Amino acid sequence: MVPIQYYTALSAILFTIGALGVLTRRNAIIVFMSVELMLNSANLVFVAFARSFQSINGQVFVFFVMAVAAAEVAVGLALIVAIFRSKHNINIDQINNLRG
Amino acid sequence: MFFEEAVSSGPQFFNLVPWIVFFPVIGLLFNIFFGGRILERSRAGEKIVGGVASLAAGLSFLVSVLLAISLNGHPEGMVVPLADWINIGELNIRWAFQVDTLSVTMMLVVSGVGTLIHIYAIGYMHEDVRHNGDPGRFRRFFVFMNLFIAAMMILVSGDNYMMLFVGWEGVGLCSYLLIGFWYEKGKDGIGNALAAKKAMVTNRIGDFGFLLAAFTIFWTFGTFKFHAIFEKAPEVAVANPGALLFITICLLIGVTGKSAQLPLYVWLPDAMAGPTPVSALIHAATMVTAGVYLVARSAEIYVLVPTAQFWVTLVGSVTALFAATIAVGQFDIKKVLAYSTISQLGFMVAAVGMGAFVAGMFHLVTHAFFKALLFLSSGSVIQGLERGHHHVEHDPKLKKQLKGHAHDFDPQDMRNMGGLRERMKITYWVYLIGAIALAGIPPLAGFWSKDEILADASKEFSWAYTLLTLAAIFTAFYMTRQILMVFFGKARTPAAEHAEESPLVVTAPLMILAVLSFFGGLINLPFDGFHQFAHWLEHTLGEYAHPGEFILVVALLSTGLALVSLALGWWLYNPRRYEEFWAIPAARRPDDPLRSYIGPIYEALKNKYWVDELYWAVFLNPYIDLSRFLADVIDWRFWHDWFHDRVIMGGYNLLTRLLAIRIDLGGIDAAANGLAVLTQRVAERLRQVQTGYVRNYALSIFVGVVIILGYLLLR
Amino acid sequence: MLIDWIIFFGLAVVAIASGIGLLLSKNAIYAALNLIANFTAVAIFYLILAAPFIALAQIAVYAGAIMVLFLFVIMLLGAERLGGTSTLRWQRPLAIVLGLILIVETVLVFINRSGAIAPIVEVTADFGSPAAIGESLFSTYLLPFEVISVLLLAAMIGAIVLTRRRDQKA
Repeated sequence: MVPIQYYTALSAILFTIGALGVLTRRNAIIVFMSVELMLNSANLVFVAFARSFQSINGQVFVFFVMAVAAAEVAVGLALIVAIFRSKHNINIDQINNLRG
Repeated sequence: MFFEEAVSSGPQFFNLVPWIVFFPVIGLLFNIFFGGRILERSRAGEKIVGGVASLAAGLSFLVSVLLAISLNGHPEGMVVPLADWINIGELNIRWAFQVDTLSVTMMLVVSGVGTLIHIYAIGYMHEDVRHNGDPGRFRRFFVFMNLFIAAMMILVSGDNYMMLFVGWEGVGLCSYLLIGFWYEKGKDGIGNALAAKKAMVTNRIGDFGFLLAAFTIFWTFGTFKFHAIFEKAPEVAVANPGALLFITICLLIGVTGKSAQLPLYVWLPDAMAGPTPVSALIHAATMVTAGVYLVARSAEIYVLVPTAQFWVTLVGSVTALFAATIAVGQFDIKKVLAYSTISQLGFMVAAVGMGAFVAGMFHLVTHAFFKALLFLSSGSVIQGLERGHHHVEHDPKLKKQLKGHAHDFDPQDMRNMGGLRERMKITYWVYLIGAIALAGIPPLAGFWSKDEILADASKEFSWAYTLLTLAAIFTAFYMTRQILMVFFGKARTPAAEHAEESPLVVTAPLMILAVLSFFGGLINLPFDGFHQFAHWLEHTLGEYAHPGEFILVVALLSTGLALVSLALGWWLYNPRRYEEFWAIPAARRPDDPLRSYIGPIYEALKNKYWVDELYWAVFLNPYIDLSRFLADVIDWRFWHDWFHDRVIMGGYNLLTRLLAIRIDLGGIDAAANGLAVLTQRVAERLRQVQTGYVRNYALSIFVGVVIILGYLLLR
Repeated sequence: MLIDWIIFFGLAVVAIASGIGLLLSKNAIYAALNLIANFTAVAIFYLILAAPFIALAQIAVYAGAIMVLFLFVIMLLGAERLGGTSTLRWQRPLAIVLGLILIVETVLVFINRSGAIAPIVEVTADFGSPAAIGESLFSTYLLPFEVISVLLLAAMIGAIVLTRRRDQKA
């Protein structure tokens, strides 16, 4: 059995990759997928610790995260579709209507 | 009559006493609210309005008679409280009616003579308001007259000095209103208004004295009630004689104002500007006698202060002579009577001054009869002349005789009269009776009352007796002169030639008054068993109401002197001689036969000793100059221009400018604006942070995550 | 055991590689496929970590439903590629620097806190079974579970409202 520290390290690497994806990509859909990656890395840590502490709560929490992620994706993709309709583009660098 | 001695028996109607005030008030309210409409709608409107007013006065008289009958059974009288007026701490003034023989005497005179004059005025004012071109004032006249009756009743019925003062001011107000009744007429269109103002202002001086006396009374006695004051007066006379002296002298000042005595008499001759019934009622029969009533009412104080008695007697007797001499030099029929009134008031004041209260009140009553009669008759004469003038003006043939001086025709100038004996018979006879009564020829009323004063004076005040006797001589002289100028000889103007007798409504009251003037002396003949009036007043005045004596020498002397004076008047003004005098061409003719004998003195008499001019020079002009100085220099230039405009306004402007520009704009506004500008600039910078790029926001969150994690590590 | 290590590192390499593939792929479709690979690798980790229910849910919900949705949208919009350059010049270098710092930090955490973590012990067979999770969901986490259902409903309605065409309104 691989010690739990390795899972957390892997999770950290995946999280950083996801974060870099959010920060560097301009395609709104890829940004979204990067967010999913970050959520997934967090889930991995939850499950790892659940195993480590022999507590079912971590796994239940992952279940909730998945549900929320599903909802988020549904709304997020709907938003992207709506934005594409008005802008004919999903480059998030061209969307700055909230500029101060 | 109702003077028999009776001890507390018989009917009594004392509780009716408030109606002596309420009836006239009801009358005047009726005329205020309905009079105008009645005058417009009804042809008999004037009779209704005047009738209601007369009825109000008449009912008041009826109540007075009932009170007199009650007093006959209950001579001690009664105080009838009606309402509380002022109730502050120790000061408790109530409106209560003092019903005693003295006040009821005044009530009878006021309402009795007042009623007759009201009736007379229905006829008189009918023509007066038409001659003067404003029939609408008919109602106002009767409202004022009723108001006067009410005020005079309050004056004579009050049981304390404050209620007396209320009436005192009320009659003063009515006097003012009625003198100025034709306020737009007179010299320069303001003559009557000025006369009214003069009466008002002169009376204020007297009222100031009254008020000082009232304050001192309250200070000394702690009350205004007559009974309480008179009870304490003897103690105070011992403990604090100065206070009593001050009170009595200040009351005397009030008396000189209201009763037209020296030196405040000057308003009364000018008061003749009012309609003649007013002159008769207010300025001869009733209001001006209020001063005499005041002294008689205060008898128990005055007898304690001989100095004050001396001064009252002096003022009265000097005024009596002084005014009698002036009357000799007047040509205006009403002015003669006005000065005569002042003179007769002097008699009364002198009488009450020397303690002859009964004689003073007796003369007050008889004088009210014959002077009201004389004034009303003179009104009849004046209107007779006006009717004649009117007749001449509207007759083309007769109009030529006027020769251009038609417009300034003066119906009151005795030189424009003459021969009226034939044309105005009733007026002539009643006038003659009044004149003889005034002149003091027995057995008319004036003789008895005047003689009682002279008899009383002859005993202790020989100097006053001398002055008053001289005044009596002048009285007989000027009345002779007046009668002869007005009624005898030939008519001197077309107006007099066509003068007409007055209607019955005017002459009927004259006849009643003539009867009263003739027989009025009967109420107090100076013989044992006939001192009814003295006994009547005894119930109020007590020991001070000593019955007058009949001193044969005095009576004979005064009658003799009056007859001599009368003969002298006849000699100077008899019709034949006066016509000769009148025949002299106007350029060389003096204004009066008397001038030929006593030229400069006559000039002084004619000009009333230049007292008015003296007052102008000594008081009024300096006062006006002072007022101008105060108004122009002190008020306008100093206070307004300098202090208000320069100092206050300028300083304030300076201060506000400083506050506005330096403090407000420079400080507060700048701080607020600066804050706003600062916020704006900071915001300009800060808003650039909000790029609107999602990735920027995400980056900042990421930076936060890294920093927080770093912090947790390094902690 | 060696086999454990081999499996772990093998899967870790797959997961990291597919993550970097997601990060670097120009085409959104490739990115999606990379992400599916990543999710699958993570699902196997779940199985190793005694969470069979979560692992299956991961495959079904994430790799299946969600990623299919992604692909649908990409195809629908035809937006798998983007032209032009970024207007945010400093974003990329800064992000890379920050990412490196984050990795260093996590490594430091890994080093500092390694003692605090308990050693791995064996668990019972029914740990993480659907029955166990269901029991927990319907007892301890009943309220959050119900709330999640409402959240999903709201998301559903929101998605419908947002994608509705304006001219279809009437």
